[in-house]
Amino acid sequence: MALPVNLSISKTHLLTRKKQTIVAMLGVTFGIAMFILMISFMQGVNQFLEDTMLSATPDIHIYNDVKTDFSVSVAGQYFKDSNQLVAVAHPKPKEVTLNLKNAEGIMADLKRDPQVAAISPLLSTQVFYNYGPVQLNGFIDGVNITEESRLYHLAEKMIDGKPENLLTTDNGILMGKGLADKLNVRTGDLVSLATPTGSTMRFRIVGIFQIGVGTIDNVKSYVNISAVQQLLGKDRSYITDINIKLKDNKLSKIEAANFGKKYNYVSEDWETANSSVMASNLIRDVLTYVVSITLLVVAGFGIYNIMNMTIASKLKDIAILKAQGFARRDIVQIFLSQSLVIGLLGAITGLILGFFLSYLLSRTPFPANNNFISLKYFPVIFRPGHYIFGIVFGLVTTLIAGFMPSMKASRIDPVAILRG
Amino acid sequence: MAEILRAEHLNKYFYEPEPFQVLQDISFSVNKGEFVSLVGKSGSGKSTLLYLLSTLDTKYEGNIIINDVVVTGQSQNTLAKFRNENIGFVFQFHFLLPEFTAIENVMLPALKLKKYSREQIEEMAMDKLKQMDMQSFAKKPSGKLSGGQQQRVAIARALINDPLIIMADEPTGNLDSSNTKIVFDIFQHLTRDNGNTIITVTHDPDFAHKADRIIELVDGHLAK
Ligand SMILES: Nc1ncnc2c1ncn2[C@@H]1O[C@H](COP(=O)(O)OP(=O)(O)OP(=O)(O)O)[C@@H](O)[C@H]1O
Ligand SMILES: [Mg+2]
Repeated sequence: MALPVNLSISKTHLLTRKKQTIVAMLGVTFGIAMFILMISFMQGVNQFLEDTMLSATPDIHIYNDVKTDFSVSVAGQYFKDSNQLVAVAHPKPKEVTLNLKNAEGIMADLKRDPQVAAISPLLSTQVFYNYGPVQLNGFIDGVNITEESRLYHLAEKMIDGKPENLLTTDNGILMGKGLADKLNVRTGDLVSLATPTGSTMRFRIVGIFQIGVGTIDNVKSYVNISAVQQLLGKDRSYITDINIKLKDNKLSKIEAANFGKKYNYVSEDWETANSSVMASNLIRDVLTYVVSITLLVVAGFGIYNIMNMTIASKLKDIAILKAQGFARRDIVQIFLSQSLVIGLLGAITGLILGFFLSYLLSRTPFPANNNFISLKYFPVIFRPGHYIFGIVFGLVTTLIAGFMPSMKASRIDPVAILRG
Repeated sequence: MAEILRAEHLNKYFYEPEPFQVLQDISFSVNKGEFVSLVGKSGSGKSTLLYLLSTLDTKYEGNIIINDVVVTGQSQNTLAKFRNENIGFVFQFHFLLPEFTAIENVMLPALKLKKYSREQIEEMAMDKLKQMDMQSFAKKPSGKLSGGQQQRVAIARALINDPLIIMADEPTGNLDSSNTKIVFDIFQHLTRDNGNTIITVTHDPDFAHKADRIIELVDGHLAK
């Protein structure tokens, strides 16, 4: 043993009380392991939700909100007398077009923005899907499939067929998996779509996709934008939405505000569009830290107790050491190093145990195999940052827990004890 | 002869359970190389005086000067270092660290002083144990030694840093006559040949009378 004298004393103390040392250490071990397990799982859930959310929400969504203006009425023009007050009770909204005027111009302008990674124009409408006697309510998104793929990585989400099939087939349609299952259709089948205004069109299924979110997969299909324009009887410039992907989606909020001001349409970022998901992410984060800190504080009290007991049983030793010239600093070192060793060993074993448990969880099949979420295993992520945080936190806790008893030990008056 | 220790008008009080003056105006000095016996009835204040002189107890009135250093009023850290270097203490109740072996107990003050390497210290400690005829118990945990054996280890420990002054509180209280003689011979050798100074409390009149000088305490003051 080539340790400095204080540390070798501390080592002897630890080794002659193996049981207490291990009990104190296990407190830290479980605290840290639970922290690692919880944070890996909770962050995994957050990540999963964010990913699914982002696979269905563009970074920024520009659209025209229905705002019927009731302040002017043709009634005023009819009576022509400006001194007469004309009030119309309960007016009906006039017919509004929801399209983005100058969509071409906006898109050209967006293309020049260095932050923008992809732009996908969209024209969406409600439809009835008819296949044989089955009639289902849903909607179709008319898109430029190449752009849309870049936004949502559609190629990875295809169960059957390819997104590009839309380009090569006349009146092709990519259908959500849930919808296809309900209609009992396969690639190659023809379905008939009817709009609320009454026009119908037939499409051939060229692919089936699964985003992983039931509310989309059960109702949505993709077709070429021109097909929807044709179905609605609109011209080729008729577009209702522009979806944008940014190079850095953390900038969405700022950029969305810019675009909104610039183009004078509603411009919504993904965080706002999914504020309930973001809120629940925050709650999970807070929960994780609260529970983990509680566990570690409990472990800290365990160490505090054990160190106090140790010191109470070592009063004589402390007095002897002081009589022989060990200073207060040395006594603090001897006992603080003991709790640090307990903390370090506890933290390391805790990280290992935590990793092991997280790994097991990440290999556990996710039980709810329903239509709403497609998840094979529990979502768990492994981030070095969590492990570093765990070890630092473990050490800080034990440092604080060991500090007070050590200071107390260093203040012991040797004469009072040596008198016997 | 050079003066190594001087006590000036030492007064010491205890306030618990009731105010009580243990030491009353104690003044004396000890020269380098002197072997002094401190005697007195039980409760006369011998241990208390020794704790004061050893710098462990700092709550007293008066001054203590050791080796021309006024130790009274020094900080705890300074005193700790001073004790480590200059004072070897043998307690009335042979206190050792029970979890450490005999030789580790002897080595600790030297390891703290850091004047020699670990190997050298181990050798020196073995030497001291040999002087006390304890070498065969060197590797035994000190908690498992008999009272007399522990006392001899404690004496070996007091000698390890070759201190200026050795203060001992009844070092031979638990020893048989042959071991008492060994301790006496060592003390005598240390003072005569080594220049160490020894102040030892004893109840053994023979032991006391063989010393260079006897200081007697009666109810907290020096006997005339
Ligand atoms: N902490 C204390 N509080 C109050 N009184 C004390 C304390 N320690 C010692 N005393 C009293 O001080 C007096 C001197 O005690 P001390 O231990 O110095 O005696 P001593 O001469 O060493 O006796 P012995 O030969 O029995 O060891 C005694 O009357 C004792 O009761
Ligand atoms: Mg005594």
